[in-house]
Amino acid sequence: MSSAIRVQQVAKRFGSVQALAGVDLDIRQGEFFGLLGPNGAGKTTLISALAGLVRLDSGHIEVMGCDVITDYRNARRQLGVVPQELVFDPFFSVRETLRIQCGYFGIRQSRTRDAWIDEILENLDLTSKADANMRALSGGMKRRVLVAQALAHRPPVIVLDEPTAGVDVELRQALWQFIRRLNNDGHTVVLTTHYLEEAESLCGRIAMLKAGKVVALDTTANLLRSFSTHALRLKPAQGAALPAVLRSRAENKEGVWTIAFDRFEEIEPVLAELRAAGCSLDDLEIGKPDLEDVFIRVMRGKVETEAGAEVRA
Amino acid sequence: MTGFFTLFYKEVLRFWKVGFQTVAAPVMTALLYLLIFSHVLESHVQVYPGVTYTAFLVPGLVMMSVLQNAFANSSSSLIQSKVTGSIIFVLLPPISYRAFYLAYVLAAVLRGIVVGAGVLLATLWFAPLQFAEPLWIIVFAMLGGGILACLGVIAGIWADKFDQLAAFQNFIILPLTFLSGVFYSIHTLPPFWQLMSHWNPIFYMIDGFRHGFFGVSDVSPWQSFAIVTTCFVLLSALTLEMLKRGYKLRA
Repeated sequence: MSSAIRVQQVAKRFGSVQALAGVDLDIRQGEFFGLLGPNGAGKTTLISALAGLVRLDSGHIEVMGCDVITDYRNARRQLGVVPQELVFDPFFSVRETLRIQCGYFGIRQSRTRDAWIDEILENLDLTSKADANMRALSGGMKRRVLVAQALAHRPPVIVLDEPTAGVDVELRQALWQFIRRLNNDGHTVVLTTHYLEEAESLCGRIAMLKAGKVVALDTTANLLRSFSTHALRLKPAQGAALPAVLRSRAENKEGVWTIAFDRFEEIEPVLAELRAAGCSLDDLEIGKPDLEDVFIRVMRGKVETEAGAEVRA
Repeated sequence: MTGFFTLFYKEVLRFWKVGFQTVAAPVMTALLYLLIFSHVLESHVQVYPGVTYTAFLVPGLVMMSVLQNAFANSSSSLIQSKVTGSIIFVLLPPISYRAFYLAYVLAAVLRGIVVGAGVLLATLWFAPLQFAEPLWIIVFAMLGGGILACLGVIAGIWADKFDQLAAFQNFIILPLTFLSGVFYSIHTLPPFWQLMSHWNPIFYMIDGFRHGFFGVSDVSPWQSFAIVTTCFVLLSALTLEMLKRGYKLRA
C-alpha cells in the first residue's frame, strides 16, 4: 500500500536544541499510527513540519505523495491537523468558524458543504452549539470544534496532537469512537498522546521519539512482545521471606516482588519454590505486558541499541 | 481564489462584528476633534483663500481616520491571532503569501474607507465641502490606506506582544500622522519644521487627499502621488517578502 506520510532524513534545529535529528518514517494509507515520546522529544516539531509551520534544515516530507514545501498547496489539502493548544477565534460562531475553514481550503459555498458541516457537527455532538459564539463554549466543546475544523475539508490524513489532554472521560471516549470510525472509513490517523493506554488500544503501529530521533518503530503487538513481558507480582506474608533463588531474578518495590516471565509454564516452578521454602503470600497477581513498560524501557535507553538495530518499518 | 476571498471576508466580518469599537468610535473621535479645533481656531486661521478653517480641517480628519484605522485593522488582527494562537488557522490552509497579503491589506483599506466615509458624512453638516478633483480623493485614500495597512501587517507580524505594537503605533504612526498637516498647512510652520514635514510621507497623503477637495495644496498632487506610490510599492514589497519567508510566522 502506498504512503500517506513519508518522512526522509528530516532535521531541524532551534538555536542549540536539535529538535529533529534525522527522522525517517513511512506511514501507510489507512493506518492508525501513534507517535510517542516524552516532552521535548520532537513530536510537535515533526507535526508542525508536516503542516508547513516549521521549515526544515534538511530532509523531505510528503503527504499523500505531495512534497510539503514544493507542492505545499496539495500537501495541505490532504492534511487535517488538530493542534495541541486550545485555540479559537473569538469573533465567530461554531458554524461560521467551520464555513470559514472550508473556504480557506477552496471549498465554495454550497449545499454539499453545509450538509458536510451539519454531519460533522452531529457526529461531534455540536449541533446544539452551532450558532453559539466560540467564547461561550466549554474547554471540551472547543476541543470538539478543533477536531471539526481539521475535518472540514475532508482530508484523507488526520493528525491529532494530544487531542485528549485535559478532556473528560466521556468526551475522550466519544472522540475516539468518532476517530476510529474515520479510520475504518479509510482515513489515515496519526496520533500523539501521553495516555499510553489510548495509544495501545488505538494504534496499529507506533514510533517512539527521543531527543529528535526514532528510537523504536514497530507494530504495537511487536513492541509489546519485544520490550515487555508478563509479570508475576508476589507479596510475601508478614515475617515470610522470598527464597534466595527467586530473589536473584526478582525486583523489589515497596515490599512487592516482581518476576518477569514470557510463558505461563514458567509460573509453576516459581510456585513450587515458594511451597518448598514455606513462604506464604498475602497477594499474588499476574500482570499483562503494557505499552507503559515498553515506553519506560525504551526511554531509559535499556533497549536503545537493540531498538535502533531492530527498527522495523 | 476562494482562499483569498474567505480570508478577506473573515477579516471584514471580524471588524464588522465589533463595529461600535472599530467604526463608530473612530468617527466619534474625529467629530470631537472637529468640534474642538474648529471652535477654537475658526475665526483665527484661514489657510487657503475662500476656505474656512473647519472646511480645511474636514479632509485632514477624514484622511487621518482612514490611515489610523487601516493600520489598526491589520495590526490588531494579526497580533491578536498570534497571541491567542488562532493564527494557525490561516497558516495551515493552502493560502499563498500573495493571497494572505491581499486579503489583510484590502480588508484594512476597506475599514479605513468605511470609517473615513463615516467621518465625512458626520462632518458634512459642519462645513460646506467642495469636491474639486474627486479622482485624487479616491487615489490618495486607497494608496494611503494601503500604506498604513502594509505597516499594520509588518508591525503585527514583528510584534510579539501588545506592548510592542502599542509602541509602534504611539511612537511612530501617531506622531507622523499628527505632524503631517492634518490640523494646519505646513506653510505656517518655521522653515526647519517645514523641511522635516517634507520627510514625512503621511504629509503627502494628506496634502494630495485635500487637493482633491479644494484643488489647491502645499505641493503638487503629482509630486505627492509619486512619493506615496513609491512608498506603497516599497512597503508592499517588504510585506510580501516577510510573508514569503514566513518571518515570525513559520519557525
